[in-house]
Amino acid sequence: MKNLFPILTVVAAIVVLWYGAAVWLNAPWAYDKAQRADITLSTSGLIADTWSQKKPKLPAPHQVTQEIWKTTAEKKITSKRSLIYHSWVTLSATLLGFALGAVLGIALAVGIVFNRTMDMSVMPWVITSQTIPILAVAPMIIVVLNAVGIQGLLPKAIISMYLSFFPVVVGMVKGLRSPDHMQLDQMRTWHASGAQTFWRLRLPSSMPYLFTSLKIAMAAAIVGAIVGELPTGAVAGLGARLLAGSYYGQTIQIWSALLVAAALAATLVAIIGLIQRIVLNRMGMAQ
Amino acid sequence: MSNNTIISAKDLSLTFQTNDGPVHALKDVSLDIKKGDFVSFIGPSGCGKTTFLRVMADLEQPTAGSIKMNGVSPEEARRSRAYGYVFQAAGLYPWRTIGGNIRLPLEIMGYDKADQAERVKRVLELVELGGFEKKFPWQLSGGMQQRASIARALAFDADILLMDEPFGALDEIVRDHLNEQLLQLWDRTQKTIAFVTHSIPEAVYLSTKIVVMSPRPGRISDVIESTLPRERPLEIRDSPEFIEIAHRVREGLRAGHSDD
Repeated sequence: MKNLFPILTVVAAIVVLWYGAAVWLNAPWAYDKAQRADITLSTSGLIADTWSQKKPKLPAPHQVTQEIWKTTAEKKITSKRSLIYHSWVTLSATLLGFALGAVLGIALAVGIVFNRTMDMSVMPWVITSQTIPILAVAPMIIVVLNAVGIQGLLPKAIISMYLSFFPVVVGMVKGLRSPDHMQLDQMRTWHASGAQTFWRLRLPSSMPYLFTSLKIAMAAAIVGAIVGELPTGAVAGLGARLLAGSYYGQTIQIWSALLVAAALAATLVAIIGLIQRIVLNRMGMAQ
Repeated sequence: MSNNTIISAKDLSLTFQTNDGPVHALKDVSLDIKKGDFVSFIGPSGCGKTTFLRVMADLEQPTAGSIKMNGVSPEEARRSRAYGYVFQAAGLYPWRTIGGNIRLPLEIMGYDKADQAERVKRVLELVELGGFEKKFPWQLSGGMQQRASIARALAFDADILLMDEPFGALDEIVRDHLNEQLLQLWDRTQKTIAFVTHSIPEAVYLSTKIVVMSPRPGRISDVIESTLPRERPLEIRDSPEFIEIAHRVREGLRAGHSDD
């Protein structure tokens, strides 16, 4: 709990800065309105206006909070206006993409560690795959999969997987190679097979690396899911809310979708962090 | 080569190719070790003592000469699990209990469950760690961890025990205690032990045969047959006999250095 105070201090500082920035960014529009209505704005009037505009350049924190409250607690979950509904759409694609990415990443890492040809041939492509902007690839994945009749959850999950497998490959290759010479020599003196060395030494040794890369992969997976929602015509999901918001200048809607996405990502990463703590503690590997 | 020779090296050489040119880790090394011997290899770093042990264990391949373990090649000896190897670090897996760590080679070698349990119990008693089976490595001191690693090497009944500076990282007091225990263990199990060290008292106290080695190229400069009795209390280290042997070891080490 001693971590709480510094965190709250930073949060408070951000809120103060945010309110200040809202005044500064929204003031021109407030003056504009005042001029047309032919009234002079007092300072308090200016501040009140900048914190309550309908389509502000930067909505104030309480406006975003109210919007989130309205679109979560006060809406039915099945409603298209419910952020919980949209979060679930994004979350399901994220989790499926994350699972696919983790499985693909671990499989590739095992191949790379055990097969020299794969080490030489696959790794460069894995790295290259991440240099291609996902925004360019995403629409093509959607279009191509749609052409073969696959739509809905899976195309988004695949884009999500595309981003999330990478940290898992890199982390697991490092993790599976983490046993030192002595430990590998020891296995050799017992005439252990490759499979025995993998299950009894390499895999357990890689656990700290696995969890660290899973956390990064989860954050990447949610970005992938949101990006995957953009080219589908913004039907549903947090990405759709972001896109629709930007079409209609609904800055409050954009910010609330943004914050919910951030909270979702933070929660998912925290869950992995918790599992990591429990598992590594039980394995006697906690740092 | 007599009948009870268990390790026999003849004109053994090993040259590593490095960027700075070839390094002669071992050059024309010949040595016979008899069954039941306790042989120490002593010498400064770079003298090839560890390399020699690793060649016996089939962890390095000699570039010339021949070596037989139990009458077969080191590779066959390794495949038939003819030796146990104790490294400088205990190398216990933190995610396994002490019992689990000792069971590890037994699982790999396919012993059945009941046999595994019986063996774990037996070797833990042998290294005086009875009752520690369910503890995790971090709950044990460094000396106890190293004892557990010796127990692990003993668990599968190999006739030969290869030990590479097993007590090098431990303090003097713990080391004395472990040396004493190791001698008792050797006496009880009748194993042949090859032991790498760079401590003169340790080598003299433990061994029936002391092999003094010198570097560049790594070779044997003296082989000393110990005249000490098999029964050795720690006080034997103050006896004139002990000091005499230690003196000869020191002479051998100095002679090896004279051509630097």
